[in-house]
Amino acid sequence: TAGKPKLHYFDARGRMEAILWLLAAAGVEFEEKLIESSEDLDKLRHDESLVFQQVPVVEIDGMNLVQTRAILNYIATKHDLYGKDMKERALIDMYTEGVADLGEMIMLLPLCPPDQKNAKLTLIRERTTNCYLPAFEKVLKSHGQDYLVGNKLSTDIHLVELLYYVEELDSSLLANFPLLKGLKTRVSNLPAMKRFLQPGSQRKPPGSEKSLEQARKIFKF
Amino acid sequence: MAAKPKLWYFHGRGRMESIRWLLAAAGVEFEEEFLETREQYEKLQKDGRLLFGQVPLVEIDGMELTQTRAILSYLAAKYNLHGKDPKETVRIDMYADGTLELMLMVALAAFKPPEEKEESLALVLKKAKTRYFPVFEKILKDHGEDFLVGNKFSWADIQLLEAILTVEELDASVLSDFPLLKEFKTRISNIPTIKKFLQPGSQRKPPPDSHYVEVVRNVLQF
Repeated sequence: TAGKPKLHYFDARGRMEAILWLLAAAGVEFEEKLIESSEDLDKLRHDESLVFQQVPVVEIDGMNLVQTRAILNYIATKHDLYGKDMKERALIDMYTEGVADLGEMIMLLPLCPPDQKNAKLTLIRERTTNCYLPAFEKVLKSHGQDYLVGNKLSTDIHLVELLYYVEELDSSLLANFPLLKGLKTRVSNLPAMKRFLQPGSQRKPPGSEKSLEQARKIFKF
Repeated sequence: MAAKPKLWYFHGRGRMESIRWLLAAAGVEFEEEFLETREQYEKLQKDGRLLFGQVPLVEIDGMELTQTRAILSYLAAKYNLHGKDPKETVRIDMYADGTLELMLMVALAAFKPPEEKEESLALVLKKAKTRYFPVFEKILKDHGEDFLVGNKFSWADIQLLEAILTVEELDASVLSDFPLLKEFKTRISNIPTIKKFLQPGSQRKPPPDSHYVEVVRNVLQF
């Protein structure tokens, strides 16, 4: 139908997964057009409206959007998941950027050369337990509310997605963060999220050797 | 009267320069505290002022904001440089985010060993000439307006001018195939607040040199 957003990406989490989570939380149905070969990517790139020749691309409301953050902010604004004013939005943005920084480290880990992997993993663990998780736990503790900002769901969606990935990496990393565990449970139990977290949804599994190979072929790296 | 925004960073461009540009373009006076020692940085951390232990830090409107994009987005909204509706805002975000990525590549190149630095800067030039500048040239050509979005000066225009001037420092001829961007550069540079910022003695910072790199390495210990 004309209404559904269309997501262009390859068959992996990467930079598109956060957009899936946000659309799912907003209860928005969406279609996915998977890029499966470098020819698919070339076809997409030849469309002149593809701004910077990169994916993710999201077709929504008559526009072809690129740049993950621009897309996320547009969707969050549209579905009232972006705070009630500029100051709340600034806090939301600050938290989202922190989530994205740690998320990026975790996302890029499979691309790390084997001899550097252990060092990278140690760094990720250290940043998770000494920097990022304590920062978010402290925010929740400071106001005692159910959500990070303004007592209303917003970037909690992105944080909870990250918590799932941290847990996949090593479940003991969440051990000392009771409020974050509570947030993860609470957000996961929201009806729209519950559906999305069930098998058979559009959510992507962790990367595999096979999907990394496919990405290398498509993006030629 | 509201206090002036206060910027905490090193005495150089890095991740703070785009913020300086936005404030200057909006005609907002701001103060700066420069990080020169490890002790200053550790104090900021100990005092709990850096959410994720990082600078830039901007004190504004009673908030201690970190994360470059969060700060830029707040300032853009506050000073009416972020479009009139969500569709304009998302276009501004797309364009600004693209050029910001280019600026960060340049900022990070300063910290690489000489051969890698050359490669990085060559890649910046290549991306500017083949990916970013053609897009902006086409946008300006398609609508024929003075500014990138909504026929109104916005954050996207400021960010693009900064990108053009920064890339020109690497290769002065980079705009030779982009006539509309050349006109854009002149036009935006002549906006009074920006003209002022481009004059010597403003708070605009010079390109990174070895002293700057040394201070940053020393303060952040890497």
